[in-house]
Amino acid sequence: MNKQILIAGFGGQGVLFAGKFLATKGLIDDKNVSWLPSYGPEMRGGTANCSVIISDDPVGSPIVSEPDCLIAMNLPSLRRYESSVVPGGMIIVDSTLIDEKVERNDVSVFYVPATKMAKDEGFATLANMILCGKLIKEISDMSFEHTTEALQKVIPARKANLLDVNLNALRVGYDY
Amino acid sequence: MTDKVLMKGNEAIAEAAILAGCRFYFGYPITPQTEVAAYMAKRMPKIGSVFLQAESEVAAINMVYGVSAAGKRVMTSSSSPGISLKSEGLSYLAGSDLPALVVNVQRGGPGLGGIQPSQSDYFQATKGGGHGDYKMIVLAPASVQEMASLTVKGFDLADKYRMTSMILADGTMGQMMEPVSLEKVEVTSYEKPWAVTGTKCERKHNIANSLFLVPEELERMNFARFERYKAIEENEVMYESFMMDDAEICVVAYGIAARVSKNAIVEARKKGIKVGLVRPITLWPFPKKVLLDAAEKVKSFISVELSMGQMIEDIELAIKCKRPVTLCNRAGGMIPSPKQVLEAIENADKGGKE
Repeated sequence: MNKQILIAGFGGQGVLFAGKFLATKGLIDDKNVSWLPSYGPEMRGGTANCSVIISDDPVGSPIVSEPDCLIAMNLPSLRRYESSVVPGGMIIVDSTLIDEKVERNDVSVFYVPATKMAKDEGFATLANMILCGKLIKEISDMSFEHTTEALQKVIPARKANLLDVNLNALRVGYDY
Repeated sequence: MTDKVLMKGNEAIAEAAILAGCRFYFGYPITPQTEVAAYMAKRMPKIGSVFLQAESEVAAINMVYGVSAAGKRVMTSSSSPGISLKSEGLSYLAGSDLPALVVNVQRGGPGLGGIQPSQSDYFQATKGGGHGDYKMIVLAPASVQEMASLTVKGFDLADKYRMTSMILADGTMGQMMEPVSLEKVEVTSYEKPWAVTGTKCERKHNIANSLFLVPEELERMNFARFERYKAIEENEVMYESFMMDDAEICVVAYGIAARVSKNAIVEARKKGIKVGLVRPITLWPFPKKVLLDAAEKVKSFISVELSMGQMIEDIELAIKCKRPVTLCNRAGGMIPSPKQVLEAIENADKGGKE
C-alpha cells in the first residue's frame, strides 16, 4: 500500500492531531510513515493542513501534492485541493461545515456530517476523529486494529481521560 | 511493531544532542525551529542540565562561546534571520578554534522573509557568513533519522577538529515527523587540554581568544587552521548515491529537495530515462570527487534547490564545468514538486534548455 493523505481545514479543528494519529497508527501497523504540517503563524483560524503518507515502501517526498485521500473540513480547503486528488481517489467531506457538493465525478466521495455528529454525541471537538474513523473504514488496506495503542501514543498522559471519547469518535465515524 | 518512535525533526535534533552528551543549550525562539528549544526547555532541567533562553541571538551564541571555551559540549539553534545575528559569534568561535554545534532550520529570505522552508542560506553556511577566513562543517539531513544521527556526528566532528559543525536543515525537515530510532548512539569523547578550566596552579593557563595583533602570528594561525580544513576535505566527505550506476543525467540535491528528487527519479526511470541522484550529506566539505567522476559518465547535471541557485556554483566548480548544469528551483518558501523535477529531467534527457 502507498496512501497519500491530505487533511485540510482551519487551525483549531484538530487537523494536525488527526494526522498525527493516522501516522502513529501506520507506524504501529508496521508501515513507513511521514507527517508534515503546513500552517500560518496564527494559533487559531487561518488554514491548516497536514500531509500523511502511509506506505509499504520508504517514503520519498513527505509533501502530499496529489492525495489519494482528502479530508476536507471547510469549503476553502475542498475548493483548493479537490482538483489535486488522483483519479480514483477519495474525498471525505465534513458536510455540516461544507454545504456544497464535490464537482469531480472520478473520485469516491463520502459526505459525513461530522461536526453535527460530534455535537450530538457529546464530544463537540472531535469531528476530526469521526472523519478519521471514516477514512480508516474506506481505505481497504487499513483496519481498526491498533487504534487504541495509537491513541495512547498521541494523547499525552495528562489528558489520558480523553482516550475513550477519541476512541468513541473514531468508532462512530467508522460505523457511519 | 518497531522500536521506533514518531518524532519531529526538531525534537530529534534535541534528543540526539542530549544523547551525544550536550548539557548546555542556549537559544532564542524563531519559527520553524522553536521545537528544538521547547524540547530542551522540558528535558534539560530534568537531567540537571542547562536550558537558557537568552535575551537575543547574539547573547546566545556568546554563551555558547563561553561554555565551549570551558571544554563542554554546547549547542544553539535558530532559523535564518537568527543565524545572521549569530554570525559574528560564529566567526569568533572559528577564530578561537572552539567546537560547537549550531543548527539552522532555514526559512525563506532575505530579511525576515517568511516561515516556510528554504535552502537559501547555503552560501552563508558554506562560504562563511561571518567575517574572516574560516569554514564550518555543514551537515544536511534529509530525514528525521538523519536529523538525529548528524547531530551526534556534528558534535563529534566539532570536538575532533575544534570548530563549529552546522546542521543545515530546512523548515520541512524540522517540522515533519518520521519514525526514528535513537537507541544506537555511539559518542566519542575527546580530550580538551586547551579548555579554560582553572589551572590549580599546576599548569600554564589556557586562553580562548581570537585577537592576534601580530600579523605573522595571525597568519600562522590561519595557515594551521586551513591545514586542518584540508584534512577534513580529505576525510569527512559524506554523500549518498542513488541509481547512479548507469545514469546519464545526475541530479544533485540535499535535504527536502533530495526527497522530492528521488520521487521524480523513480518516475523518470519508469519512462526509461537513465537518471540518478548524488545527495551531498556534507555541504562543506562538498563531495567534489564523486561529482567530478560522474562528469566522465553523465551528459548533464541538474541542481535542485529551494533557492535562486547557490549549490549550483559548487557543482560547476566540482565538475570543472565539464558538463552543463541546469537549475531546477523554487524560492521564498516554495518547494519544487516531483512533477517540476521530472520535467527538468525530461528536458535534460532531450538535451534541451541550456
